[in-house]
Amino acid sequence: MKFQSQAVAKPYFIAAIVLFIGQIIFGLVMGLQYVIGDFLFPAIPFNVARMVHTNLLIIWLLFGFMGSAYYLIPEESETELYSPKLAIALFWIFLAAGVLTIIGYLAVPYATLAHITGNDLLPTMGREFLEMPTITKVGIVIVALGFLFNIGMTVLKGRKTAISMIMIMGQVGLAVFFLFSFYNPENLILDKIFWWWVVHLWVEGVWELIMGSILAFVLIKTTGVDREIIEKWLYMIIAMALITGILGTGHHYFWIGAPEYWQLIGSVFSAMEPIPFFMMTLFAFNMVNQRRREHPNKAAVLWALGTAVMAFLGAGVWGFLHTLAPVNYFTHGTQITAAHGHMAFYGAYVMIVLTMISYSMPMMRGRAAANSKASQTVEMWSFWLMTVAMVFITLFLTGAGILQIFLQRMGDSPQNFMVVQERIQIFYWLREAAGVMFFIGLMTYVASFFVKGKEATLKG
Amino acid sequence: MSEAFTKSMARNIFFGGSLFFFLVFVGLTIHTTRELPERDHRENINEMVVLGKKVWEDNNCIGCHTLLGEGAYFAPELGNVYTRFGNSKEAIKGFIMSRPVNGIPGRRSMPQFNLTEEELEGIAEFLKWTSEVNTANWPPNIQG
Ligand code: HEC
Ligand code: HEM
Ligand code: HEM
Ligand SMILES: [Fe+2]
Repeated sequence: MKFQSQAVAKPYFIAAIVLFIGQIIFGLVMGLQYVIGDFLFPAIPFNVARMVHTNLLIIWLLFGFMGSAYYLIPEESETELYSPKLAIALFWIFLAAGVLTIIGYLAVPYATLAHITGNDLLPTMGREFLEMPTITKVGIVIVALGFLFNIGMTVLKGRKTAISMIMIMGQVGLAVFFLFSFYNPENLILDKIFWWWVVHLWVEGVWELIMGSILAFVLIKTTGVDREIIEKWLYMIIAMALITGILGTGHHYFWIGAPEYWQLIGSVFSAMEPIPFFMMTLFAFNMVNQRRREHPNKAAVLWALGTAVMAFLGAGVWGFLHTLAPVNYFTHGTQITAAHGHMAFYGAYVMIVLTMISYSMPMMRGRAAANSKASQTVEMWSFWLMTVAMVFITLFLTGAGILQIFLQRMGDSPQNFMVVQERIQIFYWLREAAGVMFFIGLMTYVASFFVKGKEATLKG
Repeated sequence: MSEAFTKSMARNIFFGGSLFFFLVFVGLTIHTTRELPERDHRENINEMVVLGKKVWEDNNCIGCHTLLGEGAYFAPELGNVYTRFGNSKEAIKGFIMSRPVNGIPGRRSMPQFNLTEEELEGIAEFLKWTSEVNTANWPPNIQG
């Protein structure tokens, strides 16, 4: 660690991992509810488990992104963090807001939570991924502002690199587009159109800036390749991301009441969205091949290559699969969407956060550069277990989705939703099995932190 | 990438390209909001529809159902449930009202929300209005 204050990232990463475990447990609960319909009903209805699963995902990814910025910005700026105290205070505020919200979901009916948190005054709740009470949303904005102030001041007093500027632009974008979650018009169609300004412009827009800058940072550190080359790649990747991704939003405007020209614009631009993800894959492999040093943290390099490949598969390939309007007409809102959502989120954002944790955590825990060989071996096992499990989850959901479309949406005698779900059960059982494998992988990951042994050392 | 192509050229493409396409996107969005009244029939959004949307949100119906294909994939699409139920608001209200508190053994279950008559009427009006939005012929058939 070059600067003491980088260590504020540590609690952020620990919280991220703990909440990640919670997310997966609720994923497994839902997976069972898919096949055993009344499992835990009415104590934890499906919608509650789903909110917990998806909101924990978002919260822990935000912890991961903030932690990554707190680690990366001082090192790039070559100066201590502006205020480590503020970072720690915001950590506790964010954790409290997150945990209280999850407890709220589980403890009282959602309508009660909406009522007691004042959703009647400024209704923002009850929309997918944005289910948290309005006051939680306000809390998120406050934390984001404090965080941006802190990293902004750090960059201002230090060196300004492309990597840190892009990280900051990504984080500012994240905060700015989140503001659209406060816009909830009475007209459902308008509501839907601007809801995507949060969700799509996050994952297929500004979050790609954050991902790109973390990837570039870790690659510089682990490969020793010249900064000029890495930053040139980074600019081209994020240029392609926004050039294709902004108008790519149109792929969500096909069937929700918007004018039909979006079918053309959305199809054409989103069909090009895989390009930046493919560039990330080329980027990561090229840099590792041109490496000028052998970094002892092999696990971090594996995660970096893994995220580049899996993001391309999940977002690029599985995204392209259903993004053209004539195809999306049939796949819209089916298990195909779920298949894509899982692999894209895992490949791009889960894995990039785990890449950063893998790279930085050994240093924050007092090692020179890397964990012991034994610990890295366990970590690499967890990489394969989780990644292979996610491939299977995606494949099984894709199978379920294809059958669902055939039975429910095509042919002369389309069948009822509930009947079809019954008939494709086998795929949901297989998904649940793959989910258990994912959970074992996650436990293996946690275990890797507790494996001791002599530190792997720097060569070359 | 070749040496002639410099980092500052890449940076300019990023800023120029992003700004350009963002402005195009804003322009198209403004155009879309102007076209929308033709397609969403907002003249029919009355107090009951507004109440219905609020009830929809306050009970997190989107956590199990899709609405115009967005939401969760655990329970039937509701954008066209009004037509699926034979253009009957009463059928929708009856369905929601009659959910057993403890669910249906072995079957995916919908909670009993204990909605008031007014809230039920609101939900039904909201789903009726939604079914009348011009969605470019989606869903492909009545099953949603
Ligand atoms: C916990 C999950 C869950 C939640 C939350 C939920 N539903 Fe449902 N809903 C279901 C399931 C499952 C079915 C299918 C029931 C069956 O066929 O036995 C269903 C069926 C329906 C149907 C009939 C659809 C059809 O085509 O047969 C309507 C209408 C409906 N729900 C409305 C609502 C409304 C309105 C809300 C919010 C106030 C809501 N649901 C919340 C799970 C849920
Ligand atoms: C890392 C980047 C990405 C993530 C995390 C991601 C995630 C998601 C998620 C969670 C949904 C479901 C939203 C909902 O609940 O309604 C979704 C929908 C969709 N995504 Fe992505 N996505 C990414 C990139 C892409 C790309 C690059 C493409 C196109 C090439 C794409 C195409 C689509 C389409 C067409 C839908 C709509 C599905 C439907 O009609 O039901 N996505 N995405
Ligand atoms: C890191 C791993 C995971 C990530 C990133 C993730 C992410 C997500 C996302 C983004 C959604 C919303 C999907 C959408 O709207 O399209 C979702 C829903 C869901 N997830 Fe996961 N998930 C993960 C692991 C799991 C596991 C292990 C299981 C269970 C075995 C699981 C089961 C589910 C289920 C059942 C849903 C609800 C789908 C529906 O709406 O019907 N998830 N998850
Ligand atoms: Fe999208």
